[in-house]
Amino acid sequence: MIPEIGQIALALALCVAVLQSTLPLVGASRGNLLFMHVGQSTAIGQFVLCAIAFASLMWAFVVSDFTVLNVVQNSNSLKPMIYKVSATWGSHEGSLLLWTLILALFGAGVAVFGANIPITLRARTLAVQGWISLGFLSFMLLTSNPFERMIPPPLDGNDLNPLLQDIGLALHPPLLYVGYVGFSIVFSFAVAALIEGRVDAAWARWVRPWTLAAWIALTGGIALGSWWAYYELGWGGWWFWDPVENVSFMPWLLGTALLHSAIVTEKRGAFKSWTILLAILTFSLSLFGTFIVRSGLLTSVHAFAVDPERGIYILILLGLSIGGSLALYAWRAPAMEGGGLFQPVSREGGLLMNNLLLAVGTGTILFGTLYPLFLEAMTGAKISVGPPFFNLSFVPLMLPLLFVMGTGPFLSWKRADLSALVQKLRWLMVLTAVAALGIWYLQTNGPVLAVLAFLLGGWLLIATAMEWAQRVKLFSAPFAESWRRAKGLPRATHGMTLAHLGLAICVFGFVGSSAWKEDVVTFASTGTIVEIAGFDVRFDGVQRVQGPNYVAARASLHVTRNGAFVTVLYPERRTYPVARQATTESAIRHTLAGDLYASVAEPAAETGGDVWTLRIIYEPLVNFIWIGAAFLVLGGCMSLSDRRLRVGAPRRSRTNPAPQATPAE
Amino acid sequence: MRRVLVFLPLLIVAVLGGFFVWGLNGDRDPNAIPSALVSRLAPAFDLAPIDGIDTPGLSQADLIGQSDASVVNVFASWCVPCRAEHPVLTRFAREEGVALMGINYKDRAEDAAGWLRELGNPYDRIGHDFTGRTGIDWGVTGVPETFVIDAQGRITFRFAGPLVTEQAVGNLRDALITARGVEPGS
Repeated sequence: MIPEIGQIALALALCVAVLQSTLPLVGASRGNLLFMHVGQSTAIGQFVLCAIAFASLMWAFVVSDFTVLNVVQNSNSLKPMIYKVSATWGSHEGSLLLWTLILALFGAGVAVFGANIPITLRARTLAVQGWISLGFLSFMLLTSNPFERMIPPPLDGNDLNPLLQDIGLALHPPLLYVGYVGFSIVFSFAVAALIEGRVDAAWARWVRPWTLAAWIALTGGIALGSWWAYYELGWGGWWFWDPVENVSFMPWLLGTALLHSAIVTEKRGAFKSWTILLAILTFSLSLFGTFIVRSGLLTSVHAFAVDPERGIYILILLGLSIGGSLALYAWRAPAMEGGGLFQPVSREGGLLMNNLLLAVGTGTILFGTLYPLFLEAMTGAKISVGPPFFNLSFVPLMLPLLFVMGTGPFLSWKRADLSALVQKLRWLMVLTAVAALGIWYLQTNGPVLAVLAFLLGGWLLIATAMEWAQRVKLFSAPFAESWRRAKGLPRATHGMTLAHLGLAICVFGFVGSSAWKEDVVTFASTGTIVEIAGFDVRFDGVQRVQGPNYVAARASLHVTRNGAFVTVLYPERRTYPVARQATTESAIRHTLAGDLYASVAEPAAETGGDVWTLRIIYEPLVNFIWIGAAFLVLGGCMSLSDRRLRVGAPRRSRTNPAPQATPAE
Repeated sequence: MRRVLVFLPLLIVAVLGGFFVWGLNGDRDPNAIPSALVSRLAPAFDLAPIDGIDTPGLSQADLIGQSDASVVNVFASWCVPCRAEHPVLTRFAREEGVALMGINYKDRAEDAAGWLRELGNPYDRIGHDFTGRTGIDWGVTGVPETFVIDAQGRITFRFAGPLVTEQAVGNLRDALITARGVEPGS
């Protein structure tokens, strides 16, 4: 019964989407207020209906209703409750429903909190959001119905892919989707602005909080996903340049560019058509990601089940939305006025560099991701493009970005004084140069790129800290004065500092864990000792352990350092009898200096006896990646809470005096 | 100029779309690594031995028209999974009494020689494919990879990845039995 409610809710949502996508447009062009308000009510109704559908599906999973095909395929009565719930979005159909729900959520968000947005722009934005909903709801109902029944029901379900039965992955898709799909509203804003034919500073200000919210979620989602890959897959890496990873990273890169270019549009009225283009392309890349993951176009370790019919449907959706919006862009963008002029050395110039590098970086990744497809189409050859390509093309592109990031915030708008900047940063420059020479002297054969990246990370960290200290006159004024200044600074400024610091911290993690990693794979029997990075790891045999829906072989590893006891690690190899799959549960000793990472795989019969394949990895500084990511998210949240940007915030109250005029930012 | 430039994104997307339409055709399976080589004759190649060890080099002639099937293993000293599969492969070759041929892929001679000295050398012949050119002819997508060649020199089985699991070794053994059982011309 409940699945039918969900089914009906979806069908109703489709009908509502038809209204949402048409009436507000008509209203906006004819100046009909009633029709324009339909946008808000339908957006909210849409969200409620999608939420009902989603709750119905979740209910089916929670009670293990095996008359629903989706539940049979992805759940099992023995599974822990949290993974029953997370199985709701573990399948293609379920995750599509989540996609649509988040789409509706952002639409409803604009309907509820968008009181400060002009009514025609809001109506048009919601209508565009309605088109996207229409596309995805019809896709779901026509090709991937999550509520399909299975009569007669089987006794038990097939269980969720055990790799996905993990807390990191239970949370990763919702967060990633909020990011991915969140850019839809930015896209809708951009298309609405193109329809209106007007982009101004106010537009950029309305768009920014939504961009920021999506960006925060995407940052968190990607970090969580890479954390999951790190400890669950047992490969000991956190990023593999897999197509599915790339398609989540590209919207992040362009979204980051968009965040920065929107600042220029807001503050200086420049970069208008570029900002619009970025808004369109960012969401286009999200759509593209959905297409890649669900169409089976490229080979990847974590794509959904392949179905060409679905692929074609999404491709048509993709063609209509991306092609349509870009055609509209080609038609309307030339009419947009260029904004304020600026010198090459200026805040705008810095942000232009940022945008250029991020866009080229995105293009590089897109090319690398699709190159196997291009080559196969042209020559029939099959290849895969892996880390060497991306490390050699993308990474060097990002290094100048780190430099610009450290410098940019010091620059003033329009025209900056280069010599004053050099004056400010001269000690840092000397320090960095000395450090570079020192490391070069010590390690002439070392990985040059790694050393350079590490130094630029340091440069960024110190320059960002200096910039902030200078703003609040830390050490040059009494502490109370600095504190007052810090409180007076806009939160967006603190947010920028935090996020830039976060990236610098991430860079240390990226470099440390990839350039200075140690890795040992060996066959171990009881008593085998492995030496790695100063640790002695003794293999103390394997025990059988029974879990709720799996059996595990648990190895004990006694770790000592210079004879002193450090810890005991228990990596596991789990076998899930129902899903007939095995997973690796790595055991990790986390420290700030580096992780000692152990995983165990079953022995080959050939080696016989009690011999196990043991893999031990030392990953220096790897935790900096997630600490840095936390800073990025924190910085984003800080910036989002800025009063000036707060969604639906009332005008600043009179009793709260305006803070001191802040330095040009 | 600007009028033209604004059409650029649309154009790029249209070209990409064309590739996607092509990519979605039903017969295409991106996960299938080309098995065009399977059931074909081993490609023509002639590789010198690794400097510093006694094992002779490997060429196509060593695989064709032999009295027994053989196993060709592509390995490298820089490849961590190769290290893991090495004892398995060694034991497999000994137990099955099969000729084990190695292609040392994109490796420095001294590194490869050191690796073999450390872990033991189970190979009857090893070709040193320093440039990776022969690897391309064999359609190698990554190391390690293992092929079964029947007595006539036809590739009958290909396995990409380390031979460490029971299942992988079982598949290899089955393939070898099949390759040995195939009569000429059948």
